[in-house]
Amino acid sequence: MNYFDLTFYVFAIGAVVSAGMMVFSRNLIYCAVGLLFALASVAGIYVLLGADFLAATQLMVYVGGIVALLLFGIMLSVKFTGVELRTGTLQMLPGLMIAAGLFLLLVRMVFRTEWAVNQPGEMLPTTSTIGKRIMTDLLIPFEIASILLLVALIGAAYMARRERT
Amino acid sequence: MLLHFAAPFIFVIVAAAFIALNLLISRLLQPRVPSAGKTTTYECGEIPIGSSWVQFNIRFYVITLIFVIFDVEIVFLLPWAVVFKDLGWFAFVEVVIFITILLVGLAYAWRKGDLEWDKPETGKFAREAAPQLFEEVGMETRKPVQEVTL
Amino acid sequence: MEALIQALQSQSAFFSQFSESLLALIFFVLFGLLFATVAAVCALVFVYLERKVSAHMQDRLGPMEVNTEIPVLKKIGHGWAQTLADAFKLLLKEDIIPDAADRRLHLIAPFILFAAVIAAFAVMPFGEKLVVSDMNIGVFFVLAITSFSVIGVILAGWASNNKWSLLGGMRSAAQIVSYEIPNGLVVLVIVMQVGSMRFNDIVIAQSGGILNWHVFQFFPLNLIAFIIAFLATLAEANRAPFDLPEAESELTAGFATEYSGFKWAIFYLSEYANMFLIGIFLSALFLGGWTSPFGSLFGGFFDQPGWQPIWIILKAVAIVFLQMWLRWTLPRLRVDQLMYTSWKVLTPFAFVAIFGVGLWMLL
Repeated sequence: MNYFDLTFYVFAIGAVVSAGMMVFSRNLIYCAVGLLFALASVAGIYVLLGADFLAATQLMVYVGGIVALLLFGIMLSVKFTGVELRTGTLQMLPGLMIAAGLFLLLVRMVFRTEWAVNQPGEMLPTTSTIGKRIMTDLLIPFEIASILLLVALIGAAYMARRERT
Repeated sequence: MLLHFAAPFIFVIVAAAFIALNLLISRLLQPRVPSAGKTTTYECGEIPIGSSWVQFNIRFYVITLIFVIFDVEIVFLLPWAVVFKDLGWFAFVEVVIFITILLVGLAYAWRKGDLEWDKPETGKFAREAAPQLFEEVGMETRKPVQEVTL
Repeated sequence: MEALIQALQSQSAFFSQFSESLLALIFFVLFGLLFATVAAVCALVFVYLERKVSAHMQDRLGPMEVNTEIPVLKKIGHGWAQTLADAFKLLLKEDIIPDAADRRLHLIAPFILFAAVIAAFAVMPFGEKLVVSDMNIGVFFVLAITSFSVIGVILAGWASNNKWSLLGGMRSAAQIVSYEIPNGLVVLVIVMQVGSMRFNDIVIAQSGGILNWHVFQFFPLNLIAFIIAFLATLAEANRAPFDLPEAESELTAGFATEYSGFKWAIFYLSEYANMFLIGIFLSALFLGGWTSPFGSLFGGFFDQPGWQPIWIILKAVAIVFLQMWLRWTLPRLRVDQLMYTSWKVLTPFAFVAIFGVGLWMLL
């Protein structure tokens, strides 16, 4: 096992463990912290795959933005600490069946798909390639992204305002 | 390239170890005499009332939301900025359109007052609470201080 | 960094028996330790400096008494050992954790804050060869990694379970996120001009004397960008006049209220290390980084590689001094003025700078 594999396993285990912490924790703030570490570990995996720009984006948007937003959102909800996160009516059997079915489906997909495997070569900076492609053949998605952001901004501001008054 | 990214990762680990070591040293050297008074939550010497985990103002949430959207915008613009010199006019016009669409959002939030925070109303509270006091000291005649704007 | 490792391997038989990765690992650990120590020393020096600067600005003397018996050092006087004594005191102080606090998060929060600052030091250019990681997305990485501090601040505020802490933490987080936008936008202005996010490319683009520094290019657009960047980083570091989150008179010590002993010291360590980081960041982007202001004057004497770290550290300290100067000159902003400044002044002007520089470059 070389350094590359070792680092990969560190990040992979980190991602899985913190995702588990996020799912199983009763305290919403702990869930958010679990999410934080899961997202950061995924950023590490992006770096290992040679996606440098994407990794920094992951840190900036998800860790700095989304997790902060989540934390504010949690603190916005009334009396969030006393909330028991388990619902009263537990549908154990149907829930388990659906979860198991979904899991089997995913496992089947993982093993049946013909993955496009790339031999790791020399890793090159990706930013200028991204920039050129955004400006040429991916122009329409790029401009649509701005409209999407605009809709998100106006929608969020509108809903928040309605709640306030 | 991987080595470039390994450096900050190792720095994070080393920084954490550095702090942990210092905290350990501090732990070994310090006295530990906890008492009920000492470990009470600080509230200016009073006994704390209720939990501090209270509901927060939605404005914090709205500001963070607007932040996330502009954050994403910056991320979109960075690759453009890197290749801007090579691409010229065409790319510039595209980005002007991109930014203008988002500026509409900023203008909307601005116009609708989502970027506003409560401004203090000078003297209002005191005037309501103790009007006769104001009269006694002759402050009634004094005009309320105008809003200070930047 | 790779150049250094390869040079070592080719010249010494001792080093060539190890693999490049292992050597890099050892170097990174050593440099990490170095920067953690530098951060600590930075905090000691800057706290002392801050007290002296504030004292002299207010016609006082500041700390004058603390000294040692060591003959040479005793001569220095002026209370030079004050912050050293403070550091030892903090190390010896009891670490009080309130009963109501969430102990685990209370412990994690200082780690997140400090680690984020130290990680950002990894890409800071102290010289053409003197940079631990000359990452191709360096500037973006700094923006990304410093956003961790928002999380650290919110967690510190929440975990303390104290009204002052939570209010201070939330205010601080709102402030940091608000000022990250203008900061990110003016970084774009520089990246547009250079066409790279690598710190060394940005610095080299400014070589050849003070007139080539970015701050004087595209006058006055880059000057506006520099002022925006300075104010935004000032606010992100929670420094006066943007120090509402720790406004003593209303919020005690903000998110650090329930911290004591060395954990509290870590917050201060991070703050002053962050100030130094901002100094280096701003001087690399706008003030020519490690290049000398004289260019080829004096026969290029000051352009020699040995001067590079000296220049950038001098520039960084000058910016730190400016930050202190402002703190002891300006009154604190009100919270609505704070939001006003960020969203309605700095952000629109940052867009103006982007459009202006873009048009200028094309025409």
